[in-house]
Amino acid sequence: MTDIAVRSGPPSGAGLQLNTGRLTAARYRAPGDRAFKTVVVALSSAVILLAIAMAVVIYLEAAPTFRAFGYLSFLSETTWDPVAAVHGALPFILGTLLTSFSALALAVIPALGVAIFSSEYAAPPLAALINYTVDLLAAIPSVVIGLWGIFNFAPQMRDAVYMPIYLWALEEAEWMLPIIGAPSTYNFVTATLILALMIVPYTVALSRDAIGQVPREQREAAWALGATRWEVLRKAVLPYARTGIIAGILLSLARALGETMAVAMLIGNRNRLPFTLFGPAATMPSVIINEFREAVEPLHYSSIMAVGFYLFFVTIGINLLASWVQQKLSLSKGAV
Amino acid sequence: MTLRTRYLRDRTIEVALVLLTLLVVVPLFIIILYVIMNGFSALNFSFFTEELGSPARAMQGRPTGLMHSIIGTIVIDLVALVMAVPFGIATGIMMSEYQEHPFAPVARLMTSTLNGMPAVLMGLLAYALVVKNTGGFSALAGSVALAFVMVPIIARTTESVLRVTPWNLREAGLSLGLPRWKVTTALVLPAARAGVVTGILIAFARAAGEAAPLLLTSFGNNYLSFNLTQPMDTLPQRLYSLAISPYKQWHAMGWGGAIILLLFVMVTFFVGRLVIRKLEKESHA
Repeated sequence: MTDIAVRSGPPSGAGLQLNTGRLTAARYRAPGDRAFKTVVVALSSAVILLAIAMAVVIYLEAAPTFRAFGYLSFLSETTWDPVAAVHGALPFILGTLLTSFSALALAVIPALGVAIFSSEYAAPPLAALINYTVDLLAAIPSVVIGLWGIFNFAPQMRDAVYMPIYLWALEEAEWMLPIIGAPSTYNFVTATLILALMIVPYTVALSRDAIGQVPREQREAAWALGATRWEVLRKAVLPYARTGIIAGILLSLARALGETMAVAMLIGNRNRLPFTLFGPAATMPSVIINEFREAVEPLHYSSIMAVGFYLFFVTIGINLLASWVQQKLSLSKGAV
Repeated sequence: MTLRTRYLRDRTIEVALVLLTLLVVVPLFIIILYVIMNGFSALNFSFFTEELGSPARAMQGRPTGLMHSIIGTIVIDLVALVMAVPFGIATGIMMSEYQEHPFAPVARLMTSTLNGMPAVLMGLLAYALVVKNTGGFSALAGSVALAFVMVPIIARTTESVLRVTPWNLREAGLSLGLPRWKVTTALVLPAARAGVVTGILIAFARAAGEAAPLLLTSFGNNYLSFNLTQPMDTLPQRLYSLAISPYKQWHAMGWGGAIILLLFVMVTFFVGRLVIRKLEKESHA
């Protein structure tokens, strides 16, 4: 989502502290002002509390699991078997990291291509059309993409891609079998491809913003030296936009980590390692969606909450990293 | 490097970029095409007038529909909106108009944190706070979860919009002796009205497409219900249930639900987008 860039503000950061005269100071202590400020402070503290409550409440709900298994062995245990009351989060953590990073690897180059093409190469009407289309992709609800995946994409991929590869490997390359596994309709590769498609619009929008922030003069200087379009991009535009693009990629990664519905519908839900490429797998959000409604055992319930707790921390970590990179961008702006 | 190879490389890159763009755009059209093709054939009169009922109803070919999901979506989303708007706008005001307040940077940090959180976690939180304490899945819990999704979006867009309203406006008001709250409510907010409404629309569209938090809170219901303390059906959560169900007839209804949800979300989203574009142009001028 593109926000309106913050442009104007109080001149020289003076804020509204105009406590120069007795009159104004008295004005600001007017009952209306005090009441309004109280309301604003109260309502926005509720939002601040909400963010804190999220960490605290989910942690408290997950506490029985941490007591039963310990923080680290819950992370490293490879089995998740609610019937035997053994809960380990490693399959889901690995599943989330593997799907997200693979999807990101698949998405980054096409997304950068779209962003560069629409901002540097395409004529304005075409660029507007491309931007519009990519934004449209971001607006499609995850569950609708999941539906298309279930009824259309996954069965077709199984028949047209997974089965032929599997049959070929069966005859020609048996060493590949443990890696690709027996093809199932809903599997790791399907979920990763859909995930890649779903994060592309975020990567495009964020890299577009970063490229858009490159000053005109930067380009014009390169043009004036006789550079071709690609050389202008390569030497003048991309180095300048680099930090913004990296921050955008990190934010897209955070999106991928938390993407829930489409992945939950297409990954096939296998709760134990090892995963194979064409076999079912699971991620942290997918196990929450697929098991939460059936979690009657207290330990099962708290273990799902514990998975949510780790998901919270992974997401917050990536988001903080992204904003740190972005901060570096704004600091280095004068220097570049 | 000769000029010829440099131009050749420039051309090659351009072709590669066009191909990459097609690679992203084509799947989108495939998805939309499939939803439209399968969706419209699943729509009929009873789709909008009947409840879903038991699977047997669809298998025997008796009229069934998703009327209850459409109504439930509207009810739950509107209740969520009513809850989210005051908090969202107040936080936006805090971050833009009270920048000297010690809470402003904290609010900004928390808002962006919440914005990046997966919606499924909002569902877990609403479950622990509402469902557990009231003793059962309920539409109200669903609204709370969706309100959690909406608040940070409304707060952030409100802040951005308030910040781009000209600073002179505030100075003019203050110099006339208006108290600060009057400046905010009578000058700044009305000037930013279109943008604030857009933020609300975008938050609404985003929440309307969310299935994950609702699966954990409002649960779903095969029949029409207006009781906020009982489970209620919504389109996104119903789509998920229909898609993973074993019944062919329900799969067809899933496509029908998908096209309704898609239209609803996209229209809301793009009305919001248009207003934002227009505002951006105005603030450039």
